[in-house]
Amino acid sequence: MTDIAPHAPAPPASAPAAKSSTELLAIAGLALVLAAAPLAAYPFFLAQALCLALFACAFNLLVGYGGLLSFGHAMFYGSASYLAAHAAKVWGLPPEAAILAGTLGAGLLGLASGALSIRSQGIYFSMITLALAQLVYFIALQSPYTHGEDGVQAVPRGKLFGLIDLSNDVTLYYVVLAIFLFGLFSIYRIVHSPFGTVLKAIRENETRAISLGYRVDQYKRAAFVLSATLAGLAGATKAIVAQSATLTDVHWTTSGEVILMTLVGGMGTMVGPVFGAFVILAMQNYLSTFGQWVMVIQGAIFVVSVLSFRRGLIGEIANRFKISL
Amino acid sequence: MIPLLGITTQALFAQLLVGLINGAFYALLSLGLAVIFGMLNIVNFAHGALYMMGAFFAWFLLNALHIGYWPALVLAPLGVAIFGMIVERTMLTRLQGLDHIYGLLLTFGLALIIQGLFQNYFGSSGQPYPVPELLKGGANLGFMYLPNYRAWTIVFSLAVCLLTWFAIEKTRLGAVLRAATENPQLTRAFGVNVPRLITLTYGFGVGLAALAGVLAAPIYQVRPLMGADLIVVVFAVVVIGGMGSIMGSIVTGFALGLIEGLTKVFYPQAANTVVFVVMALVLLVKPAGLFGRKA
Amino acid sequence: MMKRSLAGAACGLMLASAGSLFVSAALAQEKTIKVGVLTDMSGPYGDVGGAGSTVAAQMAIEDSGMLAKGWKIDLISADHQNKADVGSNLAREWIDQGKADVFLDLLTSSVALAVNQIVKEKNKVALISGAASSDLTGKACSPNSIHWTYDTFSQANSTGKAITKAGGDSWFFVTADYAFGKALERDTTTVVTANGGKVIGNAMAPLNNADFSSQLLQAQSSKAKVVGLANAGADTANSIKQAAEFGLTQGGQKLAALLMFITDVNALGLPAAQGLEFTESFYWDLNDKTRDFANRYSKRVKNGAMPTMVQAGVYSSLIHYLKAVESLGPTTDGAAIVSTMKAMPTDDEAMGAGYIRQDGRKIHPVYLLQVKKPSESKYPWDYASVVATIPGEEAFRPLAQSECPLVTK
Repeated sequence: MTDIAPHAPAPPASAPAAKSSTELLAIAGLALVLAAAPLAAYPFFLAQALCLALFACAFNLLVGYGGLLSFGHAMFYGSASYLAAHAAKVWGLPPEAAILAGTLGAGLLGLASGALSIRSQGIYFSMITLALAQLVYFIALQSPYTHGEDGVQAVPRGKLFGLIDLSNDVTLYYVVLAIFLFGLFSIYRIVHSPFGTVLKAIRENETRAISLGYRVDQYKRAAFVLSATLAGLAGATKAIVAQSATLTDVHWTTSGEVILMTLVGGMGTMVGPVFGAFVILAMQNYLSTFGQWVMVIQGAIFVVSVLSFRRGLIGEIANRFKISL
Repeated sequence: MIPLLGITTQALFAQLLVGLINGAFYALLSLGLAVIFGMLNIVNFAHGALYMMGAFFAWFLLNALHIGYWPALVLAPLGVAIFGMIVERTMLTRLQGLDHIYGLLLTFGLALIIQGLFQNYFGSSGQPYPVPELLKGGANLGFMYLPNYRAWTIVFSLAVCLLTWFAIEKTRLGAVLRAATENPQLTRAFGVNVPRLITLTYGFGVGLAALAGVLAAPIYQVRPLMGADLIVVVFAVVVIGGMGSIMGSIVTGFALGLIEGLTKVFYPQAANTVVFVVMALVLLVKPAGLFGRKA
Repeated sequence: MMKRSLAGAACGLMLASAGSLFVSAALAQEKTIKVGVLTDMSGPYGDVGGAGSTVAAQMAIEDSGMLAKGWKIDLISADHQNKADVGSNLAREWIDQGKADVFLDLLTSSVALAVNQIVKEKNKVALISGAASSDLTGKACSPNSIHWTYDTFSQANSTGKAITKAGGDSWFFVTADYAFGKALERDTTTVVTANGGKVIGNAMAPLNNADFSSQLLQAQSSKAKVVGLANAGADTANSIKQAAEFGLTQGGQKLAALLMFITDVNALGLPAAQGLEFTESFYWDLNDKTRDFANRYSKRVKNGAMPTMVQAGVYSSLIHYLKAVESLGPTTDGAAIVSTMKAMPTDDEAMGAGYIRQDGRKIHPVYLLQVKKPSESKYPWDYASVVATIPGEEAFRPLAQSECPLVTK
């Protein structure tokens, strides 16, 4: 029942090395493209997109490799964003410390919410995470630190390690790129570690994993916390990039959007969510001149993806060429 | 008047009654969700949007065709049910055999489309819908002024809930339905047209949502996003009751209305969150929900 | 090989999303003005601003008469989806690519505050009409922005003052339980007590909870003369509709909505809204000029709606901006334009005469309106009558109380 994504067909037993090498190549290619991207695209947009891309990758770690569809990931992204914004603005922490604070905060929240939700499976899990996220949203709405609908604004970007001035958009972009690649590479390492292998085994057949003696819940909880922490890293970085943290970040529609990004890019692929994030964010920004139609278009993408595109953009390519991306 | 925790018993009664009225809406909506989940194994994220469609259907009947509230109570759920069945035939049925989350994602997308279209056409602030002539006014109960329409809401939805429960648990049709849920292959072997049963069930669940929408039209503003915020609360109700449990969703719906009503009096800051806190507590003790059988 | 195709796909995607990014900004010194409308089109405030704000801006461009004098005025508009991140990204790009020198409407406080910051950094202009936060002329005030139409303080202050003076001297609040609602309640309480009234109690209502019967019952049993609704949007509409259902006004209580728009009255219908009092900086049926403006507007929008004060504010602010630019000659120096705007008195069809204070607050009279009975309404959108006109000096927060650093005390 936890068979989530129709991913690329299982590779033959001897293939894992080849499999991970194509993924590594894909990451390297992506890194090259992203390093050159400011030549072609607007760096502030790219930096924002990378934050969402990391968020989607973190989410994908849980759904694509762990088979757990969280419908409340905005709680990690949003609360880390608030925490980092508060740390940088009110406590006056330098950006690296603010991001770290936000990330750790999200990790702790992941620990608490994971303890509650991980015992449930499938659709239950989705709805429980959604409800928990809603709880976090209302706390954020009423808390005096978040400034209600105004949000935390004018967050200083500051100087990274006291040296690198982040007020320049291009410098900022490369710092974000470094954080993003760190996050993506961590996910790659997690997925291909023995831990990741067990995780995938649980996704494929939980009962068998249990009968083999694995403590399934512990693995799932660990994946949940890791995913939450990385989502927090993305949210905290976003607070520094966009210089604000608002209720949108923690609202359940953001949880829906990250699912959409992952679905469009390809669940259970290494680089798919990155593409998904770029596509969706570009759509939100550049279709926004179409005004009222944004919501309808997003919904239509959801429907089309589910009905005839379940592997996502990258997933379809990977499947076509019988490789792993 | 005996004060209790800083509030008179009279006021307390009033708040309990008001909570029960809200509970009636939770119960109707979560009942529809439970019926659909029980039969199709789909968490119908579009439920809030279909509830909204029900309200707009009633509005349309009144303003375009001058058909009043009472016929709308039948026509609107019927119309939305037909829409739902078309959706089921053309889209949901193609997800059979896939993981449940795809149903959730598809209906989520549908909800966005429906809400977006209504928003474009009707604007964001919505449309007025009057209380039907017969139920105008109200009665002074001594401890509160109870509008007649609210009294009607509670009686009517309780009746619908119990009838549904009876139909599913105590009739032959219900038995077939439960059999088809339990073992579709075997039920088919008995000559039952299971796919048609599934379509009808979806139509019925969706019709319940639309019915709640018509019921809500005279008291809540009829607007495109009226279901969007409600749906998450109803999800929590369903999880607490135990997914797919008919009685569970009815009882939990009413009970949570009461709890929410009490919270609004004693600790209003938590009125938004109390449902989710209750959910977390219930899940700690019973991971499958109060009335659920298995997780 | 795969790597190459992947990289190719990636490049394609980037370029596609970068699409039209390279539009040269060098042409700006011609007699060109670039106007950007950022508003909520698909969300809950779409009727208050939305597509109507774009129409209002278009009308201001036409009415300015500058097109005939050889000026080229471009208008771009977008839906910020109430997301501060989308809003600030659009604002940055429009500025950096030379697509907008002035930003209009900026509905939703979070977006307005974020764009405000960027506009200041890049020395452009923000004319805020839709956002309510009074911080925009307080802590967050800027030499590059003007808060045009209303703010939480002016709404609370004018409504509270006018109603209390007219004899509504005991109040009960139904308050949305977050910063915005509490600010409205706090500011109204201050003015009610200052004018000899008293506040009997309040009931907090969670945001976006459709049912208000619990709070309304408390309001009813409080026997307060005035029930103040310190909320917005759908919450206001739902609380008014249910107040009618529970017979609050029949019981002799008066309902005062602290933030409400004419489109909300239209959505509620007169039977539910009658007797309600609320404050607006603009009402379409005030005089011949406003009627002329409103009727021209109404013909150009979907459903023939009349303009809200936010949309009228967009029109009014752009007219004044264009006047300032015309007098200065071609320039995109935002701070210079804003100081010229502050130096000139304002006057236009929609909002009449007024002026702009040094803290960026536009000052104009505001009107306490009462919703008509269904029988009193003679023609479409004949919804309200003016109960009191509050002079701008009394309606808005006095400069002496301002936290704005631009104010020289």
